Amino acid sequence: MAPILELRAVRAFYGQSEVLHGIDVAVEEGGMAVLLGANGAGKTTTLRAICGIVRSEGEILFAGKRLQGRSTEEIAGLGVAHVPEGRGTFIGLTVEENLRLGAYTRAGRPDANMQRMYGYFPILAARRRQQAGALSGGEQQMLAIARALMMEPRLLVLDEPSFGLAPRIVEDIFTIVERIRREEHVSVLLVEQNASLALELADHAYLIETGYVVASGTAKALADDPQIRRAYLGY
Amino acid sequence: MHQLLQQIFSGLAAGAIYASLALALVMIYRATDLVNFAQGEMAMFSTYMAWTLVNAGLPFWGAFIVTLLLSFLGGMAIERVVIRPVENAPVLAAVVVTIGLLLIFNSLAGWIYTYTVQDFPSPFPDRPLLGALITTRDLGVIGMTLVMLILLFAFFRFTATGLAMRAAAQNPASARLCGIRVGRMLAIGWGLAAAIGATAGIMVAPVLFLDPNMMGGVLLYAFAGALLGGITSPVGAVVGGLIVGVTENLVGTYLIASQLKLTVALALIILVLVLRPNGLFGTAIVRRM
Amino acid sequence: MTKSFPVVAPERLAGDRYAGVSLRAWRWLAALVLIALAAALPFALSKYQVFELTMVMIYAIAVLGLNILTGYNGQISLGHGAFFAAGAYTTAILMHRYGVPYWATVPPAALISFVLGVLFGLPALRFEGPYLALVTLAMALAMPQLLKYFDTWTGGVQGINLVKPMPPPGLGIDRDRWLYLLVLVVLLLAMRVAANMLHGRTGRALVAIRDHPIAAAAMGINTARYKTLAFGTSTLFTGVAGALAAIVIGYVSPESYSLFLSISFLVGSAVGGIATIGGAIVGGLFIQFVPNLANDISDAAPWALYGLAMLLFMYAMPRGVVGTLGPWFARSMRQIQPHRAACAGSEEECNGRML
Repeated sequence: MAPILELRAVRAFYGQSEVLHGIDVAVEEGGMAVLLGANGAGKTTTLRAICGIVRSEGEILFAGKRLQGRSTEEIAGLGVAHVPEGRGTFIGLTVEENLRLGAYTRAGRPDANMQRMYGYFPILAARRRQQAGALSGGEQQMLAIARALMMEPRLLVLDEPSFGLAPRIVEDIFTIVERIRREEHVSVLLVEQNASLALELADHAYLIETGYVVASGTAKALADDPQIRRAYLGY
Repeated sequence: MHQLLQQIFSGLAAGAIYASLALALVMIYRATDLVNFAQGEMAMFSTYMAWTLVNAGLPFWGAFIVTLLLSFLGGMAIERVVIRPVENAPVLAAVVVTIGLLLIFNSLAGWIYTYTVQDFPSPFPDRPLLGALITTRDLGVIGMTLVMLILLFAFFRFTATGLAMRAAAQNPASARLCGIRVGRMLAIGWGLAAAIGATAGIMVAPVLFLDPNMMGGVLLYAFAGALLGGITSPVGAVVGGLIVGVTENLVGTYLIASQLKLTVALALIILVLVLRPNGLFGTAIVRRM
Repeated sequence: MTKSFPVVAPERLAGDRYAGVSLRAWRWLAALVLIALAAALPFALSKYQVFELTMVMIYAIAVLGLNILTGYNGQISLGHGAFFAAGAYTTAILMHRYGVPYWATVPPAALISFVLGVLFGLPALRFEGPYLALVTLAMALAMPQLLKYFDTWTGGVQGINLVKPMPPPGLGIDRDRWLYLLVLVVLLLAMRVAANMLHGRTGRALVAIRDHPIAAAAMGINTARYKTLAFGTSTLFTGVAGALAAIVIGYVSPESYSLFLSISFLVGSAVGGIATIGGAIVGGLFIQFVPNLANDISDAAPWALYGLAMLLFMYAMPRGVVGTLGPWFARSMRQIQPHRAACAGSEEECNGRML
């Protein structure tokens, strides 16, 4: 199976500074890959490079198409749904309006998709007329994921979904993400600091340190490696 | 008493015009965080276009529609060509650009159309109603303003493009991630504002007569009205504009000679703003630390 | 969309040396040469040109006042023409009604402008962005109207004619050149005062308030006091400029202090560079010469050209001439000889190493 997303020798820049020094990452179609690493390692930068938010060199291929040189909106239109760190919800708009915006690139009425989202996240149905800014952190995260799914994406990119959330909520969210992956046939690229939970769900894992991929392999292999466990997973 | 009511009603009519231009100002502010100081001159220029069309033989409403379309396209073009280069520049650069645009439009209009004051037709007959309390023309102007407000409200609330524009204004980064072309939304915003401004100009011209300096005072009062209502609120723009119109009229009639009318009216408005620094309906300008 | 005001960091390259002389000394030398040139210039030019350059310097002082407010405090003012007028009329009334000698009218003009600035700065503190623009706009519009209204004092629409001052006897120079030198001295003084104020504690406090007002307050900076002080100081500068203008031109009238004057100051400030001191001079040049240039090029639509000039300057240098060229110049200087601070070794070691 060809990977749906492939990064080859990708370097990324903030202005003049190079922060990614030639990384290789691949996400299998229908699979889930996770990027692990400490703060400032370059995980978020990788996601931003994929979505055209930062300047990059090298090859980024999505379903065979080159992503370089395309604007962020174009990349979204191709089927890459990015849930940024900090959720990125439109706090001044209602839950329902947020979901509608997710469907912006899809022709036709979004109602069927919205119902499905309410199925995954019943709490959103209950709060559909409320301002997104009034939702709790966990609810906003659910809203952000739901909005991304409204796009009917082929690739879902999640940046630290567990950030700032209580462990119980995080588990709920990850359970739903796993369910979504199976039922929606969407591939997932995940960035997480919560390594143990992420490694349970993912197929493949990449360890990023100061802009380099220092380890990669199946999630199980990385989880079993004692050195990595000690250095990054804390046990 | 009769005179007071008369003054209030004619103040409302003037205020409706200020409200229309204020709506245009609020649109652009919400979309691009900018006060478009050239809004009045753009409206004046659009009015001259309408005047040219009417003189060429088009019926009034036909000329009106064509002018709206041309103004919409013109506004979009101005955003893309003139404003885009300074969108990410310091605020002052953008302010200077809009002021420069003001000078350019004013000067061009004077050059192309000369400074001779012209007549401009009104679609509404000027007949007194309600025992000379208000004229049909005034009513027509107020009605047009309300229609615009309702259309705008419906546009933002019920259409996909309107929602996308609100999203692009609030959070451009997230909007891009949803596939929204933020640049295009900004251009549409400017186009709509230009069309609204054109309507305001066309309503003013029959009353103030058409000349290149027609909109100077209107812009000032529209600006004051928009801020009074809250620079982020369309409803506030209309309410603010109406209040400014009435205040200006009453101050001029009852309080002070025309020389200081402007000063006193502005002072009163600022007094209100001192009590409510974000305007009557505005939300606080969020400051990111 | 983040819009930020530029910050010009006063980088001290004091440790670097060129040809054995410290950079500081070179700077002083360059400044002295420039000043000497400026002082000698009027004797090589015609009377009218001297007058024009005097006006350039007066506008530079006014724009410097605006720079203090806008550049360092982040408050955009559309109303500085009003304070220019305040200074001008103070001078005019003192000279005309009370026979005060011209040079003695400048301190009262400065004081009155300062007081007015503090008075208006206090309520203005509540306002941000477009709201502040409206308040200052109101000041600019109100001033000519008030000047016309209180005509017993101001001479109303007809204004006040002033006797142009005589240069001190024995110096052997004529009036225009004497006034030029006088204004030059005031300009240099103003630049020095501004530099001291802004590169020191006050300046840092102002920048902190501009960029992170909540954090600044948390650090114990009395935000209200500094903002009011900034406003008052800025109007003081502009008021002094107005007083000088009245003396040099010899005539004041309400028409001269319209909204357009305030806008000119703002444009001059933006074109020169709002957070700079040297930019004020560029601004003064722009205000004095570009409208005339536009008129020469096109009789029919000169203001369109003026507007176009504004647009082009903002596209090419959105941070102003000095705001854009200044950092560029500093960067190229650094490439010639790297910043000393980057080297942690002794003087001999660092001089030998290319960083």
